[in-house]
Amino acid sequence: MALIELDHVTTIFGRDDKAALAKVKAGMGKVELLEQTGHTLGLHDVSMDIEAGEIFVVMGLSGSGKSTLVRHINRLIDPTGGEVRIDGENILALSPKALIDLRRRRIAMVFQRFGLLPHRRVLDNIAYGLEIRGVARKEREATARDWLGRVGLEGYEASYPGALSGGMQQRVGLARALASDTDIILMDEAFSALDPLIRSELQDELVRLQRATGKTVVFITHDLDEALRLADRIAILKDGQLVQLGTPNDILLRPADAYVEAFVRDVNRARALTVDTLKQPPALRITEETIAEALAVMRQTRTEVGYVIEDGRYTGVVTRASLEEAGASTATAASLSEPQPGIAADMPIETALPTLLDAQHPVAIVNGSGELTGIVHQKDVSDVLNPGRGAVAPPEDERPAT
Amino acid sequence: MDLFPNFHSPIARATNALMDDLIINYGDAFEAVSNAVLGVLLLVEQALRAVPPGVMIVLIGLLAYAAGRRVVFALASAAGTWLIGALGMWDAAMQTLAIILVSVGISVVAGLPLGMLAASSAHVRRVLMPVLDLMQTIPSFVYLIPAAMLFGLGKVPAIMATVIYAIPPLIRLTDLGIREVDAAVVEASRAFGATRMQILRSVQIPLSLPTIMQGINQTTMMALSMVVIASMIGARGVGEQVLLGLQRNDSGQGLVGGITIVILAVVIDRITQAYGRRLQRHRAGA
Repeated sequence: MALIELDHVTTIFGRDDKAALAKVKAGMGKVELLEQTGHTLGLHDVSMDIEAGEIFVVMGLSGSGKSTLVRHINRLIDPTGGEVRIDGENILALSPKALIDLRRRRIAMVFQRFGLLPHRRVLDNIAYGLEIRGVARKEREATARDWLGRVGLEGYEASYPGALSGGMQQRVGLARALASDTDIILMDEAFSALDPLIRSELQDELVRLQRATGKTVVFITHDLDEALRLADRIAILKDGQLVQLGTPNDILLRPADAYVEAFVRDVNRARALTVDTLKQPPALRITEETIAEALAVMRQTRTEVGYVIEDGRYTGVVTRASLEEAGASTATAASLSEPQPGIAADMPIETALPTLLDAQHPVAIVNGSGELTGIVHQKDVSDVLNPGRGAVAPPEDERPAT
Repeated sequence: MDLFPNFHSPIARATNALMDDLIINYGDAFEAVSNAVLGVLLLVEQALRAVPPGVMIVLIGLLAYAAGRRVVFALASAAGTWLIGALGMWDAAMQTLAIILVSVGISVVAGLPLGMLAASSAHVRRVLMPVLDLMQTIPSFVYLIPAAMLFGLGKVPAIMATVIYAIPPLIRLTDLGIREVDAAVVEASRAFGATRMQILRSVQIPLSLPTIMQGINQTTMMALSMVVIASMIGARGVGEQVLLGLQRNDSGQGLVGGITIVILAVVIDRITQAYGRRLQRHRAGA
């Protein structure tokens, strides 16, 4: 069971939304509905599961319904039809008291225009969620002070929000959400009002804090680069409908339709895609025990290079040419191995590019403990970065698009 | 057939009957209210008159300094207060001040909740606003008559009439102030699980306070403008002095009373305005 589930959620704005819902269910479209009844179809039959501990990005242009969607999760806006479940419980059925409790203990929120209290000091703003919940002053100020430091605002506790820059105000907003100690954080275009440098700084900060706290983040944005940079998974909305849901690599490599394709066209793919998308199974592993047969295998499989493993760790490559020269009987892996650095699967391709271009042979992908998990062929790099020029084999170990 | 049917008599008769009915059946209740208001008023009046004038002048100066933090302004307020005494109007001014304070007090107690209610509900606003229009446009003598009948002649009906005339701006500005509070801040407060009362207390009231202070200021000024009319049903004070001047064809007396009202108005206005401005200091980003 996912942490947050949206189940066939439809949202209509207008006087008689229930009647309009019946019309939508009978097949009326957004444009018709607006023309004939004056009702706006905000979300149309959207279902998605958000897992605990992930950064889930909802992306769409203005009017796509993304801000409405995120407000369904804490019921700042109620949907017209469908269910929203948290831990399997339909929150639309909650009593007013239970809803307030849900907002206080489970879900915090960060806003595009910050939503700070202008008449209160930074420290009181950060402590606001705790104050609302009834935490004693001393305790909530201690917590707030801790978060003030963790978002890098030491010394500003007594300032008023109006005296801070946009980026600093949003740090306060972020600290306020984190200080509330909820397991879910909703972020509605949280970084959209900031200039690019500050934005990427805060993006890094968010990822760092999210990894440290394990909170579930639902992040709304209209910026695909931001989505790709933050997301574990991305949902793309268009005119209130879910167009595609998948990992950033899914979205880039297998856009569901022309709309998504147009979106991803201008993305810096080298930065957005990870080495993982280029991964191929390693052709030949060579250890001291197997080096004797290596040449025969190479001849048989027509490979030019093998990857040397010592004590389970990748150490370098051995070429067919060097094996032939040495003679199979006397060769040792250690003497023939040429060092060639490996790369990590989660590296952006851009970061791995120098290593890839320097290497004479396909480059080894190495995991955290030094084990060889796959290789990257240099020719695939240009294919994946220029999708028009050739198809790319889908990587094997990814969640399928829903 | 007559073009104009006679609406005059039935309306007048019905109103008179209603008044008789109210007096006969609820006279005791009105008297209880009247006594309560009178009790508070006398308390305030006695307190104001018990303070020696010299001390009062210093107090007004200190209050002005506390509100505006400017020495010149404080001295001017104290000087104005001194001038009232020099005009021989000290006692009358204290009586008037008592009426104003009680009227504004009642207006705040009744007006703030009404304004908040109007801000939270379009229905309430739709009903309330025409009533406020009526209260501001209907000539005060029209409700002075029933007020005097219900509460007897004297200070209480004067206070009631003053409240009716002076309360609309406070309700309007409270409503406006609360509705003008940045919706994003209110939404953030809701998102963190604030109840309606918590939103009101921690966001809406503090952020609309400068506008509400404007309302209190307006209400006070309108209350002051009622003192002459109120004196016609027996409220004593500066208004009475002006009225006497009018009745005796004594322009000098009238002018002295007028000057006193103006001084009171200016001092009260500047003190409340200065306080309202200081409430906004966070907006400059202090």
